[in-house]
Amino acid sequence: MEAFLHQVMAGLATGGVYASLALALVMIYHATHLVNFAQGEMAMFSTYLAWSLIDAGMPYWPAFALTVGISFVAGIVIERVVIRPVEHAPVLAVVVVFIALLVILNSVAGWIYTYTIKPFPSPFPQEMALGRFMSPHELGAIGVTLLVLVALFLFFRFTPLGLAMRAAAQNPASARLVGIRVGWMLALGWGLAAAVGAVAGMMMAPIVYLDPNMMTGILLYAFAAALLGGIDSPLGAVVGGFAVGVLENVLGSFVIGSELKRSVALVLIVGVLLIRPSGFFGKVSVTRV
Amino acid sequence: MKRSSLVFLAVSLAFALPAAAQKKYDPGASDREIKIGNTNPYSGPASAYGTIGKSIAAYFRMLNDQGGINGRKINFITYDDGYSPPKTVEMARKLVEQDEVLFVFQTLGTPSNTAIHKYMNMKKVPQMHVATGATKWNDPKNFPWTMGWQTSYQAEARIYAQHILKTKPNAKIGVLYQNDDYGKDYLKGLHDGLGDKKGMIVKEVSYEVSDPTVDSQIVQLQASGADVFFNITTPKFAAMAIRKAYDIGWKPVQYLNNVSIGIGSVLTPAGLEKSVGLITLGYLKEPTDKQFENDPAIVKWREFMKKYYPDGSMVDNLNVYGYSVGETIAQVLRQCGDNLTRENVMRQAASMKGYRVDTLLPGVMISTGPDDFAPIESGQLQRFNGKEWVRFGDVMGH
Amino acid sequence: MKKREAFLLATLVVVACVLPFVVSNYRTFQLTLVLVYAIALLGLNILTGYSGQVSLGHGAFYALGAYCAAILMDKAGLPYWATLPLAGAVCLVAGFLFGLPALRLEGLYLALATFALGAAMPQLLKYHHIEKWTGGVQGIVIQKPEAPAFLTGAGLPLNSDRWLYFFTLGVALLMFALAWNLLRGRVGRALAAIRDQPVAAEAMGIDGALYKSAAFGVSAMYTGVAGALGAIAVQFVAPDSFTVFLSITLLVGIVVGGLASIPGALYGALFIQFVPNVADEISKAAPWAIFGVFMLGFIYLMPTGVAGAIRLLTAKRRSP
Repeated sequence: MEAFLHQVMAGLATGGVYASLALALVMIYHATHLVNFAQGEMAMFSTYLAWSLIDAGMPYWPAFALTVGISFVAGIVIERVVIRPVEHAPVLAVVVVFIALLVILNSVAGWIYTYTIKPFPSPFPQEMALGRFMSPHELGAIGVTLLVLVALFLFFRFTPLGLAMRAAAQNPASARLVGIRVGWMLALGWGLAAAVGAVAGMMMAPIVYLDPNMMTGILLYAFAAALLGGIDSPLGAVVGGFAVGVLENVLGSFVIGSELKRSVALVLIVGVLLIRPSGFFGKVSVTRV
Repeated sequence: MKRSSLVFLAVSLAFALPAAAQKKYDPGASDREIKIGNTNPYSGPASAYGTIGKSIAAYFRMLNDQGGINGRKINFITYDDGYSPPKTVEMARKLVEQDEVLFVFQTLGTPSNTAIHKYMNMKKVPQMHVATGATKWNDPKNFPWTMGWQTSYQAEARIYAQHILKTKPNAKIGVLYQNDDYGKDYLKGLHDGLGDKKGMIVKEVSYEVSDPTVDSQIVQLQASGADVFFNITTPKFAAMAIRKAYDIGWKPVQYLNNVSIGIGSVLTPAGLEKSVGLITLGYLKEPTDKQFENDPAIVKWREFMKKYYPDGSMVDNLNVYGYSVGETIAQVLRQCGDNLTRENVMRQAASMKGYRVDTLLPGVMISTGPDDFAPIESGQLQRFNGKEWVRFGDVMGH
Repeated sequence: MKKREAFLLATLVVVACVLPFVVSNYRTFQLTLVLVYAIALLGLNILTGYSGQVSLGHGAFYALGAYCAAILMDKAGLPYWATLPLAGAVCLVAGFLFGLPALRLEGLYLALATFALGAAMPQLLKYHHIEKWTGGVQGIVIQKPEAPAFLTGAGLPLNSDRWLYFFTLGVALLMFALAWNLLRGRVGRALAAIRDQPVAAEAMGIDGALYKSAAFGVSAMYTGVAGALGAIAVQFVAPDSFTVFLSITLLVGIVVGGLASIPGALYGALFIQFVPNVADEISKAAPWAIFGVFMLGFIYLMPTGVAGAIRLLTAKRRSP
């Protein structure tokens, strides 16, 4: 029994990592109706930025805040400079642009910072809180993810800007008619997603260590988590993340063994999607004929 | 033609011919340069190892600045293969057929080298000092053109097995291994070394390089009741494993594989206090080890890094590895003299008896022979005391 | 086919036949790989370009075909040419079976499911219970085929590289012709209808489910045959050869080459084979960054792919 509990707790901790990146993916989807495959690499790059600042002597929280700010601006710049030229291109062309961005960011990070892993500091105290089951940082990271979730929820539901962004993504033509600057809404969406990604990166780096390939394994699970929860639901992304983390651990420890853990977890996720194609919290889309 | 000039011509020819006969070149070698080919993963999942290729390139730059080898400059041609075997095949063919290198050196990765193993031997081009610890490269009878360099993974694991049998004969062993060639090779060595005591292994769990953490696996190992832990992980995962084991209060006797031995690149991120008691087999001097801080070989290495590879990490032991293999091949080429045929390169590489590269641990030597294509087979067990790797016992292997 | 197009095609084929005798063996090997990728991209294009179903995991079918060929040659002793139809058949069935449940998934969800397939493939290939067939993490080494004796006996200078090139060229031409036939006619129109206006298509009596699953199957078959040819050319298969990056590269190939275009498969193949090498020449420090920049450049200049750009150019020239 204790072993099972331990695995579940470990799964929640890893799930927190998936959930934070899944939030960034949902964020970008909410604003642009596109899934940005380069979201992970952008988050990784932001984390390296924070690392450079801290390495140069800046204390943690100012570096954190500055990184989030810079990432926000960088997200807007990327949208305007890199994505804008292909906004009328077929969807798959935009996907290739995302892939190009992913590859460029990964390679440049490796070039500037080398591939040796770097420890990243944690702002949370070091003593174990939940016994041996979860480190204080993992607990803190989950807390931060939930905070970001609540903030996003409030933003999209209760602020005019959030409403405008949702409108611009869902129906750009009508949004323009009511005076919304759709172009800037998209850019803002990118900025916010980049900021959420930066937070995700800085929260997960102490757990998975900072290196240019930090996000490659996580992206697939974050993507799965986001879809499992419903691609347009931030709450779904977080629940999906935890679900994927626990599922993966429990399967790998008690059901199938670590050799096929990944394959089985993915099969299960796809299986769930077959039964509920819009995910748990997603809206079922009905198209008029 | 006048008689005297004929005589003069004959005499000068008589002198020139032997001199010309002394210089023998295969494609890739000339009076002025020696072309050496290489593939490394500069991109892709194994890009952390790309620093080996870069440090080797830097080493050759230093050699060239110092005048080269026997007056010839090294022309080091290296290509990215992204750790993908089809790409390695393509790049190896380019090196052999288009760039016409004298030999291929330190190609990295077990699958990558397996993919070109037959081709290199068919083309009779040396596949020299491959950068992998797999055991199959030491097979001069079937593959006379392929040679390894480092202590093989299986040999290392067998030494751990012997140590466990000697010091803890009732141990319950748990293993974490990377689910690929490297991990499975170590695992085989452990199985072979334990022999009929294989039942001591109570749990074996694997992970993929694309997994985000190995926390779940460590928890499983603790739950299995193991009190000895064989940690077969690459640096990032080794750090995670060491840290997690400590955090959950699991304190087995831990054997860490040599690939993740770096104090700066693995133990510091894991937490130095969490790494106390780790046992490993070492054969190279670790650059952040306090006991080698003023060691002349490491001092020289640091100067080399500063001048020729300033972008490289000073805490990454892979860069000491690259420097050391560079020194080895430099010696082989020096021994070749003016006979730079591929056959002679293999012959010289297979006749190194007790050669010392100073960045190797004291007592570890490079020895090869016509039946022995494993240059380094020895190492010494060492234990981490929180600051440095303290060697104990004898230098094992031969 | 119009006269002009036929003439261009004939010239291309003639050039393709002459090339291996004027370039080195190494280049011939690279060109063989281009042909292999072209077949694989054609397969992916049938699914993604013509049928509108995104696949981020086609590398899995390529791997399946490659391993079929390797296992049949290594364990069953089959000659290399016999492995192709078998690999194709296996992938046809596998693709169709995958396509059936995939019918319920749209757009992003299908992308995830295929991405998951592509990501899970290496682990499946390493599974130790099937190790004695797949060779596990060590992979399988294959013998290189030689030109048949009756041709070399007749005095033709066909070394094994050249022979393999011509063999691959023959298969490629056959498969391209097949696809062209299929897509130009009713099937192609049906697929386009299902892709662009699914409800209207159903209303007109087109069985969407059947066509889409069949498209999956045929697409997998093409990519599987390409995988088999690739395995024979490289003479080695291992799980590391078929990571998710291969799937991503194939997708990049069809987009850069041109979606829903048969010549696009060839342009895409040239791109994914040669541009990474060019990028490597330009920068050792960050080769993939350069590759990414090339990708961006191609997409910005030609958002509908090289084939799309050519179509636009020729259309402009024809109109007064």
